Amino acid sequence: MAKEERLFLSGNEAVALAARRAGVALGAGYPGTPSTEILERFSDLGGCAQWSPNEKVAFEVALGAAFGGARAVVTMKHVGLNVAADPFFTAAYTGVSGALVVVSADDPGLASSQNEQDNRRYAVAAGVPMLEPADSQDAFDYFLAAIELSERWGLPVLLRMTTRVCHSKTVVWPRAAPSPPGVPHFERDIVGRVMIPKYARLAHRRLRRKLAEIAAWNETSPVNNLLAGDQALGLISSGIAFMHAREAAPQAAMLKLGLTYPLPLEQIRRFVAGVDRCLVIEEGEPYLVDALRAAGITVEGKPDVFRFDELNVSRVRKIMAGDVAPEAAAPAERPPQLCPGCPHRAVFETLSKLQCIVAGDIGCYTLGVLPPFEALDTCVCMGASIGVGLGLRHVLPAAQARRVVSVIGDSTFVHSGLTGLVEMIYNPPATGHVLVILDNNTTAMTGLQEHPGTGRTLDHRPTGRVVFEDVARALGLNRVFVVDPLADRAAFEKLIVEGLAAGEPSVVIVRRPCLLIAEKHRERQQAATERSGTE
Amino acid sequence: MTDQVTNVIIAGLGGQGVLTAADILAEAAFRAGREVKKGELHGMSQRGGSVTSDVRFGVRVFSPMVTAGEADYLVVLAAEQVANNRIWLKAGGTLIAPETVDESVLPDKRTLNVALLGVLSVYLDLGVTLWQDAIRGHQAPRFHEANLQSFDLGRAAGRRARGA
Repeated sequence: MAKEERLFLSGNEAVALAARRAGVALGAGYPGTPSTEILERFSDLGGCAQWSPNEKVAFEVALGAAFGGARAVVTMKHVGLNVAADPFFTAAYTGVSGALVVVSADDPGLASSQNEQDNRRYAVAAGVPMLEPADSQDAFDYFLAAIELSERWGLPVLLRMTTRVCHSKTVVWPRAAPSPPGVPHFERDIVGRVMIPKYARLAHRRLRRKLAEIAAWNETSPVNNLLAGDQALGLISSGIAFMHAREAAPQAAMLKLGLTYPLPLEQIRRFVAGVDRCLVIEEGEPYLVDALRAAGITVEGKPDVFRFDELNVSRVRKIMAGDVAPEAAAPAERPPQLCPGCPHRAVFETLSKLQCIVAGDIGCYTLGVLPPFEALDTCVCMGASIGVGLGLRHVLPAAQARRVVSVIGDSTFVHSGLTGLVEMIYNPPATGHVLVILDNNTTAMTGLQEHPGTGRTLDHRPTGRVVFEDVARALGLNRVFVVDPLADRAAFEKLIVEGLAAGEPSVVIVRRPCLLIAEKHRERQQAATERSGTE
Repeated sequence: MTDQVTNVIIAGLGGQGVLTAADILAEAAFRAGREVKKGELHGMSQRGGSVTSDVRFGVRVFSPMVTAGEADYLVVLAAEQVANNRIWLKAGGTLIAPETVDESVLPDKRTLNVALLGVLSVYLDLGVTLWQDAIRGHQAPRFHEANLQSFDLGRAAGRRARGA
């Protein structure tokens, strides 16, 4: 075999390469910054990858593959794990026959998210082992370690990344996967896989036994690294925070934790005993500090002000110095905007003009909240526009209730809007409701990914298409309309005015492709032509 | 080669090629055998907002992010983005502003990012062929000629700026 190549990869690319090397049979996910590129790259490398309607379905598909003895990966952004939390918790009980790696890409600092939740807490809550890479080399190595752990203990494993690890590029020396994947086959295990209370009680105890074994293994596991240094200051860290800490205090003794659940508490206890002062440098929630203190290990944590936003070298220096003086404001930035000519612009101008109360959702169109539109009144999570809009309609005085509109994008509608639509039919407000589906034929915000409404797969091949107006009509709605707001803005406005006055639920599908996909389609065709020309 | 890390910030607006410029610089340093880290934020930045990318290289690099006030070089693609990004630059650091290159002589205005890398290249100890290979590696073949030409124009402007 030729000498391994030295590569320069983002953390996401490194995960994709490791998944390919490990013979992962199926990758499923839902697009979400900063996780999206993992499955795209995995597919480019020849892996079998798919976008599912949402993270819960993606998780279940990957879990099924792992029940079948295959190696599988499911990818999502941090808030995606909220959607997939139901199978996540119970998959820890059932375990897997093959391997299941769950990639959660957290977004401390909210570069592109609605919250900065720290998903390390999920590992503890569900009892799922967790690895935290600090750079692309770790991302590659830890993915392979996650496969090994998953197969050895028959458990799903959480690979918890963050924006800076996902998107930073660093040098990677890839290595071969330790063992080839097994051949998928079905083995019946009713007690192990059917979680009725009787069997789940057994499974819960089995999970705790496995976690105790992993904790013992982790005391000497190769994924935690002790870096010798001056004993005056010891630092305990994990993930990207380790890199900032190493740079801020190169002289300090360091314990870099790779497998951060279950923790190697005895190794940590010895490290802390060997230094004069021990400080935990972690980004986000005080997860490590809380866990160590609960175990009776005395460590210093960071002042609460550093719980917010991401860390960097300068902030780590402040943590070490106990400096809680107000931080300098970040440089002024020009905020993102809806593209000139974007069809969403016409929609928000009209809703503003009609003084609608708009329950919004997650996507490019969330930018409708910024000037000059200022046309969104709520935005919470994927799909919330429909439920929130209905709730407002139920309680507001009729004059206000009649102005409430829910606005949701096409990909988001498939993700979490379908059940909201059913709610609208089942529990209609007395004043009716208006649901506007912004169908621009792509998942624009995350970089133009396909979804079930586009009728194309992750790698842009034709497949079955979910037609929104057909779904709405089949569910029994009478008032379902499709309109292009750029071709006929007056017609769009008329539909909204009539919908607000109708007193029964209406769906208005605003259909106009995103400006950026036309260009993207050309690029994709060009790339395909160039590829076929060189092969 | 010293133990010193070189810190570069590339800044501009979404759509200007900030991320591509950072990719090219990082690739050139990578090809030179250095340890390199490149940091950036994707996502909302695609919608015309401010974009910055950090490139750090040397013998050993830890954080992928340049610390405010510690950038050796600040390359800015949009004039309106110079003032707000100055905080990155260290005292005595080098600002490479868009007007360093005369845009009207470029074969294509979209190659301003690569022209400004040409200016930067005059200050860095990375071979010209490494830069050229990196440019080819990050552009479609039909854009190679214009980009390589802009890189050369940028180098010439850089030599003038450095001499001045």
